[in-house]
Amino acid sequence: MDLTLSPSEQSFRDELRSWLAENHPGDDPPGEDAAFDHRRKWQRQLYDAGYAGFSWPKEYGGRGATLVEQALFGEEMARARAPQPANVLGMVMGGPVVIHHGTDEQKERWLNPILTGDEIWCQGFSEPDSGSDLASLKTKAVKSNGEWVVTGQKVWTTFAHKSKWCMLVARTDQDAPKHQGLTYFIMDMDQEAVQVRPLHQITNEPEFNELFIEEARIPDENVVGGVGNGWGVAITTLMNERAGLGAASAAGMRMALEDVTQLARDRGVDEDPVIRQRIAQLAIEVELLRLNSWRGLTQIMKRGVPGPEGSLPKWQWGEIHQTLTELAADILGEDAAEWNNPWTYRLLRSRANSIEGGTTEILKNIIAERVLGLPKLR
Amino acid sequence: MNFDFTDDQQAIKRTANELLAARFKSERVRELAEAEKYDEDAWKEMCELGWAGIFIEEEHGGQGLGVVELVILMEELGYALAPVPFLSNAAAGLALQFAGTDEQKERWLPGIASGEARGTVGMVRDGEARLVPDADSAEVIVLIGFDGSTSVVEAGAAEIEPFETMDRTRRFAHVRADGGEPLGGDCFAAGDRIATALAAETVGVAQKAMEMAVEYARERKQFGRPIGSYQAVSHRCAQMLLEVEGSRSGAYYAAWCADSEPESLPAAASGAKAYSSDAGWRVCGSSLQVHGGIGFTWEHDLHFFLKRAKTNAMLFGSAREHRERVASLALAKSETVAA
Repeated sequence: MDLTLSPSEQSFRDELRSWLAENHPGDDPPGEDAAFDHRRKWQRQLYDAGYAGFSWPKEYGGRGATLVEQALFGEEMARARAPQPANVLGMVMGGPVVIHHGTDEQKERWLNPILTGDEIWCQGFSEPDSGSDLASLKTKAVKSNGEWVVTGQKVWTTFAHKSKWCMLVARTDQDAPKHQGLTYFIMDMDQEAVQVRPLHQITNEPEFNELFIEEARIPDENVVGGVGNGWGVAITTLMNERAGLGAASAAGMRMALEDVTQLARDRGVDEDPVIRQRIAQLAIEVELLRLNSWRGLTQIMKRGVPGPEGSLPKWQWGEIHQTLTELAADILGEDAAEWNNPWTYRLLRSRANSIEGGTTEILKNIIAERVLGLPKLR
Repeated sequence: MNFDFTDDQQAIKRTANELLAARFKSERVRELAEAEKYDEDAWKEMCELGWAGIFIEEEHGGQGLGVVELVILMEELGYALAPVPFLSNAAAGLALQFAGTDEQKERWLPGIASGEARGTVGMVRDGEARLVPDADSAEVIVLIGFDGSTSVVEAGAAEIEPFETMDRTRRFAHVRADGGEPLGGDCFAAGDRIATALAAETVGVAQKAMEMAVEYARERKQFGRPIGSYQAVSHRCAQMLLEVEGSRSGAYYAAWCADSEPESLPAAASGAKAYSSDAGWRVCGSSLQVHGGIGFTWEHDLHFFLKRAKTNAMLFGSAREHRERVASLALAKSETVAA
């Protein structure tokens, strides 16, 4: 057991830390469009410095970073409170799918503009009737004159209105079992047949969208991984690509913990024994999130697959963030009702943490069935 | 960065697991618990294997390994619920090795390392240590006050009053003693390592209780299907895994800090002890709920684990006390960051 960084990891981190100190773009400006432009510039800045597509192999313009470097990268970004780059979904999901399953032509066409941020990507998986049960999705793609004609509805599509490409999973075989009739497409968003409608969440921000797709056209060369293989293509890249996210989310929670301890001090409740117990419990759980993430990374490096503890960080993170913002609201008292208080925003926004990217209930199902070997519900 | 055991450490874990599984089958643990006895033969065997002195320096008769190796043994001892005076003796060894004077080490560590002259540790509140494991069979008792005062006393000079706790797999006593001589060093250096070892033992206890729940949930059928296929039960089991793995990460990390990064030990040790204290009880209680009525019976083994988990939670500082320490460290730390 050795939890220290190797000299090369250490120097990587120091280099990144000083680069961030000099190049931090500042907070997002107010206004959705201005904030997005800011993040797009940040994406370009990361690309120019060789930090975009960090986990991607070098031959595709990435850095070929090790898992440890990926985790350190996430930690340092969170520690510096750097904004997210604009093309997160392209870098974390779209690019890796093309790298693993795409043809040489597809790689040539799509990969570089993801990294530069010139082409933004969004994800068209969920539908109004298909959330956790993704494989039940109904959006239909029919082949006609060498191209695919797509009709259906998608939801929770982050950045759809800013996107050039959509990672779309659609049903291409109505008769096959539900996991086998799906195909993974890259759909051009720039067509009349695709209508984007913003979906306002409880914070009143339109962070997500609905997509209404009425006979949209997708050329055959935009199928990734072969017709009928959509389910496998969609899920295979998820696990390992997320490996570094646990450490990053722990670092984010550590910053949030700093904020809440500062709030307790500012409000003069830092000697209150109940508040102290709650701060301590959060401090412990934030640390355990970090440790579980690093233990998970060690397991992946040793065995090639995440161990049991690798499935826990997302669940832990959601709970910690929700509990932490509830503590902040308790400390604020009446002021927590104020709409413009940043903690009020976080209190509300964090309600989605146990839903987005896999609900806590689905994570528990996965742990129960695949880790503990309990019988399936179905 | 490697958050896993080395091959040598894996070998220690495997050996401990196999030996303890062979010596402490469930009937044997029950027999010992009901007779309120320890398995002296198994204890001798462990001592011959060098377990008692695993972390004690070689010059004092130990193996010269670290707290990580001790924690590996503690987890397996908890998993087997082994009725042996291991924890008490290890606690005394940790106190003397990490806070004792040279003289105290020379005098007491060899007996602790060989298991022939055992020690124990008690936490003193208002002049009395209320929950001291194995004081009646120890030669030396290290008393640590919550105010940071310490004394090393010969058992013969102490007032020892054994009493029954809910945990029948372990002996406890109230201890009072005047005099004795203080430890030479920092009692927190000792206390943090003891808390770490105990947290690791609770990890093993909780792991076993979780496995019992999962096995039962796979086999027990109601309404025509295994109860583990119902989410009310399976999600309870998933929660157990979350808490067991969190406790495990915390205990392993604290052990590593003890050996390799002592400046991080205070928060790590108190965090591990606080979390495992709550998690141990919750996991065992949740396992009882999965078992239903049978889990509430004396004839089922689960209650031995439940009671050990709760008693461990009380021992060497409660979750509340350790959390208060974490709060002090967290609030102090962010002050320095702000400054």
